Amino acid sequence: MSAFRTRGAARAGQYAALLAYLVFLAFPFLWLVSTAFKPATELGSLHPTWIPRDPTLANFRQAFEEQPLLRAAGNSLLAAVAAALIAVAVATPMAYVLARHRSRLTAAATGWVVVSQAFPFVLLIIPLFLVLKNLHLINSLPGLVMVYVVWSLPFALWMLTGYVRAVPAELEEAAAVDGAGRLRTLVSVTAPLLAPGLVATALFAFITAWNEFFFALVLLKTPEKQTLPVVLTHFLGAEGAADLGPLAAAAFLATLPSLVVFALIQRRITGGMLAGAVKS
Amino acid sequence: MRRVRRLAQARRFGRARRFATAVAAAALLLTGSACTADQRPDDGSGVVRLRFQSLAWQQESVDANKQLVAEWNAAHPDIQVDYVQGSWDSVHDQLLTSFEGGEAPDLVHDASDDLADFAYGGYLADLRPLLSVRLRADIPAESWRTTTFGDGVYGVPFLQEPRMIMANRKLLADAGVRVPTAEQPWSWEEFRSVAKDLTKMMGGGRYAVAWPLKEPVSVSLNLGLSAGGRLFHRGADDKVTLRFEDADAVVPGTIRAMVGTDRTASPATLGSGGSDTLPGFFGGRYAMVPLGFSYRQQIVQQAPEGFDWTVLPAPAGAGGLAQGVSPQTLSIAADSPHKKEAAAFLEFFLQPRNTVRLALGDWMLPTSTTALADPALHTPEFGWATGAAVAQALRPAPAQSVRGYPEWKDKVATPAFQEYYSGAIGTEELRRRLVTDGNRVLARYQRD
Repeated sequence: MSAFRTRGAARAGQYAALLAYLVFLAFPFLWLVSTAFKPATELGSLHPTWIPRDPTLANFRQAFEEQPLLRAAGNSLLAAVAAALIAVAVATPMAYVLARHRSRLTAAATGWVVVSQAFPFVLLIIPLFLVLKNLHLINSLPGLVMVYVVWSLPFALWMLTGYVRAVPAELEEAAAVDGAGRLRTLVSVTAPLLAPGLVATALFAFITAWNEFFFALVLLKTPEKQTLPVVLTHFLGAEGAADLGPLAAAAFLATLPSLVVFALIQRRITGGMLAGAVKS
Repeated sequence: MRRVRRLAQARRFGRARRFATAVAAAALLLTGSACTADQRPDDGSGVVRLRFQSLAWQQESVDANKQLVAEWNAAHPDIQVDYVQGSWDSVHDQLLTSFEGGEAPDLVHDASDDLADFAYGGYLADLRPLLSVRLRADIPAESWRTTTFGDGVYGVPFLQEPRMIMANRKLLADAGVRVPTAEQPWSWEEFRSVAKDLTKMMGGGRYAVAWPLKEPVSVSLNLGLSAGGRLFHRGADDKVTLRFEDADAVVPGTIRAMVGTDRTASPATLGSGGSDTLPGFFGGRYAMVPLGFSYRQQIVQQAPEGFDWTVLPAPAGAGGLAQGVSPQTLSIAADSPHKKEAAAFLEFFLQPRNTVRLALGDWMLPTSTTALADPALHTPEFGWATGAAVAQALRPAPAQSVRGYPEWKDKVATPAFQEYYSGAIGTEELRRRLVTDGNRVLARYQRD
């Protein structure tokens, strides 16, 4: 009985801790939503409230009037979708090789993938800029997509390698025994099992590109090409000054796609990262 | 030139950034075909196209910039300016990348304290042969000093903002204190005394002053000029050394005493930015907040109806109302193939009547003497007149052209001032850190 009570208390404590953690995580977003609907006078209140006393859509109106948010969102969407599709298309065969053919070379490649994640943006941007310039891809969405693909490729590769390892090699061997060729095996046996991983990886690459700011800031020169994160900074002044209401409204809208996508894929991302961790 | 460039870069970048530049240079050599702006393809129409990257962000300011560009374009069909909205966020890295890649905008908007690297790095054109006598003469020499590096002038300083005291007029009246003017400002001692009266009158949990000291170095140094502080001393050999003398201690000492001894300044705002203090100001928790002049726009936008506020000059000392500023600047890229046309646009853009429009849009003060005399900038409404009166006393921020200043600021001065204001260290320790540790940092940058 005592042990039962102890377990119950421990479980309650765990739930309380989880709830506190969720509240902690949700706080910035909830505050952002609250701020987006507050009139200017409430933004400067000494006693801010969670729920705006006099909610308004003025911040949204102002944000849309002052900045081309729809056009920027369209650019972001285009870049993010293209980057996600290309990253998955490129990463999939590479991941297959890394997962199925263990050698010193693949081990070194995997190590390089991990190391490359540690490079700071500022280290890469100038050489990258020069390369893109020679390719005449500065100030173009295809150039930006290329950068996003390169940038998201290591993590996409890492995720997909886990998914491939989770597909039992015995299934491919069985298909081969049944007379299926390599291509047929990959298409009919491996690919369907990899589908959830491909979707999760693509969505991860999408979110990475959707939220990226610095590359877009540096590479895109004309207003017509700018993406949403770049346009959001137009609500910011020097030394941290900000047009808080419209900024919050625009940031709230910009956050929605990421939230929706994360809501859809969070299980699969976890599954992908853990796939292959335990040998069956 | 290469050595000068390396020194300049060392001022602002960490190892990663220096390495990035080296990698960039290597990539430049390897690719071998990274053309300069002079090789930009022409569209064949004979029309010169200039790219103007503006950092204007407040809507009124953006509108003013765009209108001026449109007016220029309408009057000059052969020289068209493309307005590009830039961003204060990461502007230094963005410009550096653009300069290195030969894709910089022809016209660059920035702040004077960010120009040194670009000027010493050879990325900006020397404007001396390009600007008219009128424009040169219309801006005071003190302002030109903020954009003069070595023998060249690398930007036109056009807007600036002093730090003023935003005050709750009703609380000041209730306390019966003397309200200062630009002609008869408070001394630092009087400011401290007034703060005591105000705090006593306001009651528990409220403070006369909220010092937003998230950036303690610029506040301490810039306002320190009013007390005769200099801190940075340039010798005959052109090398700069740090000395913390009695005059340098006046402003930091006053702030510390207000927070720790008098309890007339809120300790809670020591780590805050300017905007963070506004709710407390509106709510009557603080009677006065020293803020940049442009913060008036946020006050106008966010203050509750009926909130009665005024703009006061910062206290004066042995140096009068002097304080340091880093003006906003307009420069021309060294790589621009159309420097003369770009300079012509600058001449138009910075005509006094246009500068007034820009100043009103940004809630800042023009450096142009003629523009500053415009009646629109002398109305008592929103403190314009007080700000304009203070403008004559503005000086270049003390250290913005000192090599090694950014590292000194980040690694030595910021933590030292933060600890000093919070009461963790005393004046002697502050002096030791600023001077002894600081001179070690500066020496590394001045070895040639």
